[in-house]
Amino acid sequence: MSQYKVVHCNINGRDVEKVVDVRASLTDMLRNDFRLTSVKKGCEVGECGACNVLIDGETFNSCIYLAIWAEGKRIRTLESLTGPNGELSDIQQAFLDETAIQCGFCTPGFIMTAVEILEAGKLYTDDELRKLLSGHLCRCTGYENILRAVKKTMYRRLGKEIDF
Amino acid sequence: MNKVGISETRVDGYDKATGRTKYYEDRIPSEALYVRIKHAERAHALVKSVDTAAAAAIPGVVKVLTCFDVPDLPFPTAGHPWSMDPGHQDVADRHLLNRHVRYWGDDIAVVIAENEVAAMQGVRALAVEYEDLPFVLDAQKAMEPGAPQIHESFPNNILKHTDYRKGDYQAAIREPGLVKVEGWYETPTVQHCHIENHGCFAYMENGRITVVSSTQIPHIVRRVVGQALGRPWAEIQIIKPYIGGGFGNKQDALYEPLCAWCCTQVGGRPVRIDCSREETFVSNRVRHAIRFHIVTWLRPDATIAARKIELWSNQGAYASHGHSIAAKAVNSFPQHYPCDNMEGDAWTVYTNRPAAGAMRGYGMPQASFADESNIDDCAAAMHMDPVEFRRLNIMPQGFHDNFSGNTNYYDSYRECMAKGAELIDYARKREEYGHDTGNLRRGIGVATFWYNTGVYPISLETSSNRMLLNLDGTVTMQCGETEIGQGADTAFAQMAAEALGLASYRDVHVVSCQDTDITPTGLGAYASRQTYVAGFSIRQTADQLKKKILNYAQELTLLSPDCMEIVDGVIVRKADGAALMTLKELAMTAQYNPVHSEHLSAESTYTIRSNAYSFGCTFAEVEVDIQMCKARVKRIVNVHDCGKLINPALAEAQVHGGMSMAIGFGLSEQLLFDEKTGRPLNNNLLDYKLSTFMDHPNLEAAFIENPEPTSPYGTKALGEPPACSGAPAIRNAILHATGVAVNQLPINPHRLFAAFTEAGLINNPRLEEV
Amino acid sequence: MYDIKALYEAESVPDAIRLRLEHPEAQIIAGGSDMLVQMREGKRAGKELISIYMLDDLRGVSLDEDDNIRIGSLTSFSHITRDPIIQQYCSALGEAVDQVGSPQIRNIGTIGGNTCNGVTSADSASTLHAWEAIVELTGKNGVRRLPIHDFYIKAGVVDIRAEEGEIQTAILIPKESYENCYGKYIKYGMRNAMEIASLGCSVNVRLSPDKKYIRRCRIAYGVAGPVPMRVPSAEAVVNGSPLTREMIDEFALAVLLDINPRDSWRSSKAFRQHIAVEMARRALTESIERAGGVIE
Repeated sequence: MSQYKVVHCNINGRDVEKVVDVRASLTDMLRNDFRLTSVKKGCEVGECGACNVLIDGETFNSCIYLAIWAEGKRIRTLESLTGPNGELSDIQQAFLDETAIQCGFCTPGFIMTAVEILEAGKLYTDDELRKLLSGHLCRCTGYENILRAVKKTMYRRLGKEIDF
Repeated sequence: MNKVGISETRVDGYDKATGRTKYYEDRIPSEALYVRIKHAERAHALVKSVDTAAAAAIPGVVKVLTCFDVPDLPFPTAGHPWSMDPGHQDVADRHLLNRHVRYWGDDIAVVIAENEVAAMQGVRALAVEYEDLPFVLDAQKAMEPGAPQIHESFPNNILKHTDYRKGDYQAAIREPGLVKVEGWYETPTVQHCHIENHGCFAYMENGRITVVSSTQIPHIVRRVVGQALGRPWAEIQIIKPYIGGGFGNKQDALYEPLCAWCCTQVGGRPVRIDCSREETFVSNRVRHAIRFHIVTWLRPDATIAARKIELWSNQGAYASHGHSIAAKAVNSFPQHYPCDNMEGDAWTVYTNRPAAGAMRGYGMPQASFADESNIDDCAAAMHMDPVEFRRLNIMPQGFHDNFSGNTNYYDSYRECMAKGAELIDYARKREEYGHDTGNLRRGIGVATFWYNTGVYPISLETSSNRMLLNLDGTVTMQCGETEIGQGADTAFAQMAAEALGLASYRDVHVVSCQDTDITPTGLGAYASRQTYVAGFSIRQTADQLKKKILNYAQELTLLSPDCMEIVDGVIVRKADGAALMTLKELAMTAQYNPVHSEHLSAESTYTIRSNAYSFGCTFAEVEVDIQMCKARVKRIVNVHDCGKLINPALAEAQVHGGMSMAIGFGLSEQLLFDEKTGRPLNNNLLDYKLSTFMDHPNLEAAFIENPEPTSPYGTKALGEPPACSGAPAIRNAILHATGVAVNQLPINPHRLFAAFTEAGLINNPRLEEV
Repeated sequence: MYDIKALYEAESVPDAIRLRLEHPEAQIIAGGSDMLVQMREGKRAGKELISIYMLDDLRGVSLDEDDNIRIGSLTSFSHITRDPIIQQYCSALGEAVDQVGSPQIRNIGTIGGNTCNGVTSADSASTLHAWEAIVELTGKNGVRRLPIHDFYIKAGVVDIRAEEGEIQTAILIPKESYENCYGKYIKYGMRNAMEIASLGCSVNVRLSPDKKYIRRCRIAYGVAGPVPMRVPSAEAVVNGSPLTREMIDEFALAVLLDINPRDSWRSSKAFRQHIAVEMARRALTESIERAGGVIE
């Protein structure tokens, strides 16, 4: 006895309309209905952060967000950052340059949290950055180079000299 | 000119930064059926029956299969190369599903359904009738007379006893004036926690079975699936796409055999098994919990007269990698601190816990914790600085191990310690810290390790490689060694570009995906061997391709191949460096030459018959809040001698990851089991205390680059070594800060509460005193 | 895909009440960070849900006509922390909920959900107790308000009358609790993020105008018993006392008279008792300092 609902939302800048199973998580909807496979599943209970996306500018673990709640929302996934000709955004480039990527599985979630941090336009301390990024688990990097990538991009966007 | 020794960006970095990289789950056909596993809710029992009627009646359920349906074909799972010597083959103690439940979480049935929810409901609807058996969780208790028998053919649950005798320990300890330093050291069950859970999907094509899996070892998994299903190995095709980390858990055949078999039970339709995080913790593999007993006898001059090592390695319910971990652990001692009189005994013991397998470090993080804790205790007993004590006793330059053939060519240990001490300002802090009397106490500690790069001579070391010259002068390369996140493909591209004389590592297209139908046979990612072993076959294959290229160039230039060289993608005349033609020109000509068309390619296999010592150390600085029972790592530095670095930035990143794992091992991680039932208590990422972004200081990595003489690129192990010495360095720093030696990992607040209470550092107020 | 038997979406508070009355078996889901996890684990699999997540009327922080702070039940933790009213008048609560799980959890988790699930480890709960918060419930018979202490019945059970169609609509912090009050929440966890409290301790202090005495002190704990609790014995020790180290030590030890933590695989009772004393000492010290007091 399946139950469905039409959901209208904006995904990565595009207005969309989709019939979704009310039992679906937002992860299910983004991956299965829109093939946005940057949204990863690492625990499906909101503990690892791999499925993190931006909803109206805030970070959410899409695995514990019902797809029907996307109604009227503006959702952004990592796919939205890459330019029309494949150009990397500054934060993606920083992840590459700082060797902040290893297996790559936590990367999309991390970058989307970094986007929220950078869009705040504030200069955060290392401790503040660590706290803001603490909703993501990574087993490869020890978080070290991820911190560097976010910090360097934050300084660059604010036009400030970096002090390491 | 040089293509190695440079911090190039990852070849797979762009795709990973854009989220385009496809992992196994991103490749599953939408029509695939969901397989969900019914895990036993008993630690030890016999399955009397499984009532499947209710499950089968759920709409969407396609098939229910139980332990009574599977073939009686025991198979091994360890990701070891096959051995032609039956005495050296892995223990085959697995079935696809089990009537004899040996741990809480064992696999007893599957539900195959059209959708995820129906599969889950089906599993919940299964009614299992058990005959309960007594269970045992502790390795030493499992060896006691009358302990529950877990596998029929292993009396006292001993999978293997590994031992050595060197000199005469009993006689040596009678030397007058010796100081005895004895301790029990214990490490917990921990899990790999790669962020991508293991999963796989299988389908049949032309009567053969294809499994696409999140694995480190596609070629080995092909063999295991063949064995488990009783099919010729060539009927199995394993495809390994990008994977979200492995750390050794995926160096085992996990659910590929079951997935392949389920596929055959539904007429070859695609089926998928996706482990949940909870399953990953319990029903994949874990790190062996090991208990050590060490007795060290010291002479008045602080040299070691004799040493006795005993260890009990908790294997869990199935053999997996079995005794190789305990053997590696116990055998590390005589080489780390060589002394003339040693006894070593390691028992690998079945218990009713999840099966322990390979995990980054393969016994060495455990051994290093015990060894380096005991060595710090020795230094304390002799009133010596811990670095000085190590300098006196650690493996000397020139040390040679006859079994592996390894030689300590340089004085790496002392160089690493000197560098680490300088970076962290050890001497000053050792002097200044350790005297605090208030609530916050500071300390600094050190620990060292050694590590073997590969598995020679215990197992086969072989590497195959294929190179194809493309029409644009680039090269496509296939390796059996796998990219699992560590950056192997990038290192391989750099090494190949160097060997071939290409302009850039970007001119080498490494086919990252291994497909056992296509990829030259390799053994996959394990030990810390990939860069080392691939180096041999890359160099050899590149030499062959270069020779073919220059031979073809001879036809066009009439110059002897010996007179030409490839430099930055251009064939040049050696004598004056004159450019003769680009590789693109040569490739196009060779391909479309109406008289002599040739697709230039090379393929070769190299049997590696050497191994290499890798060395390093950790210095850790801690601050302990006595009343809150918390130790915080304030600074931590790792120094490694892993030979020449192929890619310094990737090497540094590898070290960071290992250090992070070591901090978790030292302070917070452990998988817990209910003593009353054997049920796992914290098999999720909330209750299992993996370090978060807020639990680390900055991680500092440094290197000593002594070139490894056996490697064509001067390189040796780095993958696992960073995980080895962090925990004991932290333990030793806490000892320095507080005077309290904590010998059981993790050193979490519960352990510190007990230890500080015992040491009188905290007084535990009683209600009646209020 | 979740194993949800049926899902009813409320479009307004009256609609939610109607749905509750129509589907007495259904569970309320707010942000879902507890409910959906339990559903995934199988504990609540196959249940009916009433989603109130889309009720934006229940979001936001304001001051009511009596200057009580009114927090809509669906206000997320991160919005509470960032709210200017909270920052000005009740920063301890903002700091407390800023220690829930992770940034993503703080964006989805709601204060209503945190209290309605009735767990003792909720990071908001001890502070709400120390500030004597009022819970507002709305049902078919209108609005019912009760003190947070009375809202918690036993572990996992709170006083919401499903048969009256009630849902929690707001949490109020009375002016009397925050005016001239300063406080501190300390969370004890095994790591610094993604953590359930091993113990939570919140202290709320008002000093005498000359800042020499404690005029009123309240202390509350999470995980010191089956439900969040106040510690009247400790409060009684210090009310009216001058600001001395001895007073603080006496206060800290007195918490043992009231708290009743249990032994579990997560922590032993002895450990929790020890930590509770130390946390009381530190939370009171910090609260006094925030209030401008100088400890002698």
